[in-house]
Formats: sequence, C-alpha cells, structure tokens
Amino acid sequence: MLGKLSLSAIPFDVPILVGTFLGVAVIGLAVLGAVTYFGKWGYLWREWLTTVDHKRLAVMYIILAIVMLFRGFADAIMMRTQLALAYAGNPGYLPPHHYDQIFSAHGTIMIFFMAMAFMTGLLNLVVPLQIGARDVAFPFLNSLSFYMTLVGALLINISLFIGEFAQCGWLVYPPLSEMQFSPGVGVDYYIWAVQISGVGTLLTGVNFFTTIVKMRAPGMGWMQMPVFTWTAFCTTVLIMASFPVLTVTLALLSLDRYLGMHFFTNDAGGNVMLYLSMIWTWGHPEVYILVIPAFGVFSEVTSTFSRKPLFGYNTMVYATCSIMVLSFVVWVHHFFTMGAGANVNTFFGIMTMVIAVPTGVKIFNWLFTMYKGRVEFTAPMYWTIGFMITFSIGGMTGVMMAMPAADWILHNSLFLIAHFHNVIIGGVYFGYIAGMGFWFPKAFGFKLNEAWGKRAFWCWFVGFYLAFVPLYVLGLEGMTRRMNHYDNPDWRPWLLIAEAGAVVIALGIVCQLTQLYVSIRDRNLPENLDLTGDPWGGRTLEWSISSPPPAYNFAVIPDIHGLDTFHTEKQLGRRAHNKPLEPIHMPKNTAAGALIGAFSFILGFGAIWYIWWMAGLGLIGIVVTMILRSANRDVDYYVPVSEIEHNEEVYSRRIAAAQAAE
Amino acid sequence: MAQAHTTHDGSHGSYQSYIIGFVLAVVLTVASFAAVMTHALAPGMALAALGVLAVVQIVVHLVFFLHLNTSNEQSWNLMCFIFAAASVVIIVGGTLFIMHDTAINMMSR
Amino acid sequence: MAHEATMSPLAHADDHGHDHHHETPNVFGFWLYLMTDCILFGSIFAAFAVLRNQFAGGPSGKELFDLTNVGIETAILLFSSITYGFASLNALAKNKTMVLVWLAITFVLGLSFVGLEVSEFSHMIAEGNGPDRSAFLSAFFTLVGTHGLHVTCGLIWMAVLMVQMMGPQDLSQRMMDKLTCLSLFWHFLDIVWICVFSFVYLAGVM
Repeated sequence: MLGKLSLSAIPFDVPILVGTFLGVAVIGLAVLGAVTYFGKWGYLWREWLTTVDHKRLAVMYIILAIVMLFRGFADAIMMRTQLALAYAGNPGYLPPHHYDQIFSAHGTIMIFFMAMAFMTGLLNLVVPLQIGARDVAFPFLNSLSFYMTLVGALLINISLFIGEFAQCGWLVYPPLSEMQFSPGVGVDYYIWAVQISGVGTLLTGVNFFTTIVKMRAPGMGWMQMPVFTWTAFCTTVLIMASFPVLTVTLALLSLDRYLGMHFFTNDAGGNVMLYLSMIWTWGHPEVYILVIPAFGVFSEVTSTFSRKPLFGYNTMVYATCSIMVLSFVVWVHHFFTMGAGANVNTFFGIMTMVIAVPTGVKIFNWLFTMYKGRVEFTAPMYWTIGFMITFSIGGMTGVMMAMPAADWILHNSLFLIAHFHNVIIGGVYFGYIAGMGFWFPKAFGFKLNEAWGKRAFWCWFVGFYLAFVPLYVLGLEGMTRRMNHYDNPDWRPWLLIAEAGAVVIALGIVCQLTQLYVSIRDRNLPENLDLTGDPWGGRTLEWSISSPPPAYNFAVIPDIHGLDTFHTEKQLGRRAHNKPLEPIHMPKNTAAGALIGAFSFILGFGAIWYIWWMAGLGLIGIVVTMILRSANRDVDYYVPVSEIEHNEEVYSRRIAAAQAAE
Repeated sequence: MAQAHTTHDGSHGSYQSYIIGFVLAVVLTVASFAAVMTHALAPGMALAALGVLAVVQIVVHLVFFLHLNTSNEQSWNLMCFIFAAASVVIIVGGTLFIMHDTAINMMSR
Repeated sequence: MAHEATMSPLAHADDHGHDHHHETPNVFGFWLYLMTDCILFGSIFAAFAVLRNQFAGGPSGKELFDLTNVGIETAILLFSSITYGFASLNALAKNKTMVLVWLAITFVLGLSFVGLEVSEFSHMIAEGNGPDRSAFLSAFFTLVGTHGLHVTCGLIWMAVLMVQMMGPQDLSQRMMDKLTCLSLFWHFLDIVWICVFSFVYLAGVM
C-alpha cells in the first residue's frame, strides 16, 4: 500500500535533521498563520498562485531561488565546517552517509533550483518588457513551468525529512547510482526532482524562444534587440538543444533502476562511460545557459550606469552566439581522464580554449563601455566590476584545465571546485544579484537600499576569495573533492581560511536579507520611490512604462526605430505617444498550472517510494487536467479602454509629481 | 483578427501532393527493405544505402507531409529544423566518436 | 471575435514587420517542441548506436527481428500519414464529417500499429529476451518503446480532438491550430520511424 515508505524512513535519530525540520515547521506555520490572520488566502490564490502574468511569475521564481540559496548555502557551510574540524583524530560532526548527501544536495539545489530558477525569473521579468510585448507567447505554459520547477524543489527538500537524498554527487554517476550500490530512495528523489523541473525548463525555453521570435514590437529587427534579450534568446536555444539530452540520460538511468535494464550497469554490456558522455552533453551547455543571461545583465548594467551605449553591440551579439554554438562541442573536458584517446581529448581541449576568445571579447566590450563614461557606482555596478575581476581569474583557471595534460593532474581535485565556483559565483551569482538590484524597482516600484547592497557585495567578494583561493592551493597540494576527513597537516590552515571565507559569505547573505528588509521598510521615502518608471535613466523599453507595470505592460505597443529607441526619444524630448487606445486582449488566470503541478508532485512522490497507485493517480490527474484545460474556452478577456485610460492618467500624474519634486 | 491566418494553399498541400509524397515514400521504403532482404549488396554498401535512402525519405516526408519549404512564412521553422538536425548530428556523431575512441584506447572491445 | 481566441490571445504578433508569418505562435511553439523531441530521439539513437553490439551472450537482432512484421508496421504508419493528410485537407475545406471519418481511419491504423508493437514486445519478453537481458535489448526496447509511447499519446490526443470537434469547439481557429499541431506530431513520428526501421531493424539483421 505504501511501497517502500514506512516510519523508519523518517530520520528521528539525526539531531541536525530534526532541528532543521522543527525550524522549517515553525517558519512554515508562521507564514501560513500570517496569511490566514491577515485574510490573504483569496488574494494569494487569485492574484499570485493562479497568475499567468510573467512579472508575477518572475517574482515567485526569484523568491524560490532565494529560499533555495539558503538551503544550498546551509549545505555549503556545513561542509566547510566539517572539513575545518575533521582532521586527524577528530571525525568531525557529519558521518560520511550524511556528508555525502549534503554535497550531492548542495550541487543539485544550487544549479537546478537556485541558479535555474533565478535565471528563469529574470527572463520572465525582463524579456517581454524589453521587446514591447504584453506577455509571453504561452502564458499558461509559463505558469506550468513555474509549478514544475517548484515541485522539483519541493521533492528535493522533502528528501531531508522523509527518506534520504542521493549520495553520489550532483550528477549521480553510475555505477554508484545504480540499484546495486544505491538501493535507497536517494537517487530516485534526484531523478524525479530533476526530471520534473527539467520539463518545466524545456517549456520555458520553447515559450521564450517563441516570444522573442514572434512577439517583438514593430520595427524591432534582430540587431535592434536589447543585449539582455539576445542573451535570453541564446539561452533558450541552448535549453531546447540540451535539456532533451538530460531527460533521456536520466530516463535511461531510471530504466536501469526501476526495470533492471543495462544501460549503465557493470554487467550485461552496460557502459558507464556512455552516461558520462551523455550527461555532460547536457551539462556543459547548462553552465552557459546559466551564465549567458548574466552576461546580458552586465551589458545592460554597464551601459546604463556608464551613461554610454554598449561598446561593440555587434561584437557582443556575435560573441554570445559563438559561445552558444561552441558550448555544444566541448563536453569531453569534464572527463578527459575517462580514457579516450589523444584525438578526442585534443579536439575537445582546443574547442574549450577557443571559448575563451569570445568571452574575452565581452570583457573588453564592458571595459570599453566604462572607459570615458561617467560611471555611477551603484550596487549593481559593484557586482559587475567584481564579476569582471573574478570571472577573468576563473576563466584563466578554466583554460588551464582545458589542457588535457594539466587536467590529468587537476581532475576531481579541489582546484576544479575552486574553478567552477569562481565562474559560477563570480559570473552567474554576481550577475543575477546585479540584475535583481537593477530591475527590482521595475517589479515593485521602489529601489533597493544601496548601502546594504554594497555591504553585501563586499562580504560576498571578500568571502569568495577567502573561501576559494585556498581551494586552488589545496587542489595543487593534491586534496581531492568530496572528502569527509583528512590527515594531512599541510591542508589544515587552508581549510580553516576557507571556513572563515564561508562565514564572511554568510554575512553577505545576512546583508542581503537586511537590504530587502530595509528597502521594504523605507519603500515610501521619496528617494526610494520610482514614480517615473525610469529610475536609472535606462535605455531600453522596460523603462518606458510605469513601475510596477500594468498587467498588459504597454497601453500602446511602441514603434521601434533602432537600438535603444526609448533612450533616443528621451534625448529628443519625445515620450508621449498619440496612438488611439484599443481594448487589450489578455489571458485569464488559471489554476490548471497549479493543479498539474500538484499531480506531478503526487506522481513523483509515488514513483520515488514505489507507491504505484499514487503514481498512477498523479499521471491520470495530469492527463485529465490537460484535457479539461484544452476544452476550456473561457481563457481570455479584454481590458476596456476606460481602465487603460485610468492607468495612463495615474502614471502621468506620478511622472508630473516626480518632475515637480525635482 | 479572427480569420487573419487560415488558408494558404501552398503551405497546406493538396490531395495530389499527399499522393506524390506517399508514392515516393513507398518506393524509398521498399528500396530500403530490398537492399537488406535481397542480400544484393555487401553489408557495408547496404548500410550506406540505408543511410542515403533514409535521409532522402526524411526529406520527402518533410516536404510533402510536414510542408516544410523555403518560403518566408516557413523560414523560422526551417531554420529551427536545420539547427535541431545539426544538434542531433553533433550528439550522435560526438557520442560515437568519443565512445569508439575510448573503446579502442582502453581495449574494452 | 472573442470566441475565436486561441490559447495565446497575446499573439497579435506579426501582423506587422517585414516578414509575414501567417502561422500562429501556437503552431510555431509546437514545432519547437518537436525539434526538442527530435533531439530527444537523437540522444536515444546515440545510446542505441553505442550499445548495439552489447549482446552479453543474448540474442542479436538477426535472431530476433521479424522483417515481415516491421514491413507491415511501416505500411500501416505510411497509410496513417496519408489518411491524416486527407483529414487536414478536409478541415481546411471545413468539411467536419469527412475530417472525423479520416481521423477515425487514422486512429484505427495507429491503434493497430501499437497493437503489433505490443505483441512483438510481449512475444520477445515471453521468450526471455526482455529489456533486462542485455544492453542491446535495453536500448532496443527503450528506443522502439519511446516511439510507441509517442504514437499512443498521439492516439489519445486524436481521440480528445475528435470528441471536442463534435462539441462547441467545432472547427474554430483554435481547433484548426490543434489539428495542425497533431498533424505535425503524427508526421514527425513517421520520420522517427524511418530511422527506426532503417537503423534498428534493417541494419540490425545485416
């Protein structure tokens, strides 16, 4: 009846988990209680949970990403603390069984549920606004994508309290992840969480590609598209090209586990190395899926705060596109040591080094954008400059490891860990935080606090170097990754420094939370309010409308005459349009996305625990909901002209008020 | 806005085009089966023939059944298809290249 | 006007601009999904290609495959393609009865294809040559089974559309989009099948 599930699956004997559970329960009950107390359930359900509005989905994605950041960071600091303690006679406080789950969960959560969710959130917030569209091409699918991501995140976090998580790293390499060596439910949690959220990501890719191709404002040709939209476009292409490979790879692994097949087993002709090749065929493009939109953020931030058009727009676009293509032919550099011959390793090594060229072009473009600009050192600009320094170092260590001969020494050592944190924290995370600070006023109508933002930056920046430069040294000294305990006295000081770095990063996160709190508290102060919708003197279309924008974004779809049309028109003093208003055709909110998400959760949970009736119920629920949704003809409405006029009037009054205040 | 996009004879085919496509597909399928079942060709040659016939038949299906063409209307569909096909070539070709080379190098076959 | 709405009312899109797309974003979005499906099948083909000779002492394709059966399956799919084509043509001509007739014929053909495949699979499993016998058989069952699963989904979809078409949706623009999407799906599965019979069955018996 309950498959593998029994009371023994709940880890009462692990105090850390019991404590965590109590903490989560208290916070959860407090949140639910507050919603009930303030009578906000109806509002939450109607306006947020069933929404198809890309801006609100963006906010929910980013909240999810921030929550997952806490979870992932808690894992990280636990690992650092374990290694600061577990020297010589001291076993540390985490037994290997628990420690292995923590490093697996850390990677999985940070990539799939922190970074991917954050990236999708930024895409949702910005892309339709930048191209002058009223929403994405498929608003309902957008809501569905969000729920798929959310369900994946829920499953992976439930594994904390019911059962266990995978203990074989964030990409669950077989044969360790096969039934023979991992008979528990940990790998199944991994598989279902990642598969379900992967479907959501694939839908996001299709959705945004269609949006960018088909829904740009009139006159916006390809070379008039803002750079962030270009990077979003390249990311969606990579999503569509690589996520199906992930789906297949994990499906084959689950067939091995569930049906006793032999794709990656040691016996009966299975081939473990095929898994490595396939998972990295997805895995390498994946890191570019994450970092390319960050490049877009940096481009927007640099040109806005340097008060100059982006230097070398064309080369930036070509560089992004070549990175997109190249990222698809470098995957072997993740397993040079697997045993392929010189031909394979040389080819993929050279392709990897080639990627550094377009990336270098970008760095120079940003530097030249700042050159002779009147640079305004806001918090997003801090993150951008911090990125340029950090990412360049990370890129150079990457080129070092692109040499197969050097990689044979560095593979699976802490040097590698230092390298990819160097590019992912320094590139992806810094970028997303810069983007959040940059577009926050657009989403909410007030700015984030600058002082706390800069404090957060300094903590992250210093903390990053303290935490990861020692890892480079340790890697060169021969320390491998995923170690639970060590006896080498030379490593100990470096690991203590790294622990100190993790603490400084923790302070950075505290600063970010404080920044959010202070900003919300002071939101009505005149210097924080964004009345004009254009707080930074922006260049692209999203700044031409009110903050937050109305549901339909644009009362009138703007005409585009070139790159940065909005900025040009501001310079010429032409902001108002005189086109007649028309009723706007909009999609209605729907609960179908949330319902399909709920059934996916039931399907995933049932399959993880071998509760087949439950899995079947989930599957049937998904299919029936989809069919009912396709029969629903009440999916849209028209915004009447009177309402649009009213909104426009309020907006003009706010602009006038802002001008009077100046 | 209702009927802005409906009938475009060129891109939706006709009875005639479906039948032409069908006949071509049948001929190519029969040729594939014959190449193997009659044992007329050496295995290497037969495999090459299968590959060529399959590619030709895919093109026939794309043109006559999926109505893919080089018109403006279809340019994005065609471009996406070419990109997807290139990705498949990279994935299949790359995987075979890597796994074959590994097998030789590690003497595992 | 409102009742003609498609799933994405925002798709005012390209009644402007230099290149005129008359196809709705729904169909284009579905085409993109098919492209990702293409890559999905490509990955499974890659796995099959790597594992094709890993018999682990079990039977090879030469001993297992019945080319007559494959020929019949191929013929059925080819016929179903052209019958779906006729349904599409009738939909354009707004001849709903004939659309339903041709769809019903397509449905029966698709169902018999799935039936043949299920009987082939169950026969192989009954003889002890199931997917857990060897890596080759794992890859074979997964590849051919994934295609079969797609056909099954297509059949469910077809049935749903036939029922909906008899209801208030009739042959609205939204229904036409759905029929076009299913037609792309159905013909796309044919293309996958070309690769299956060429590289799995025919190449397997050589």
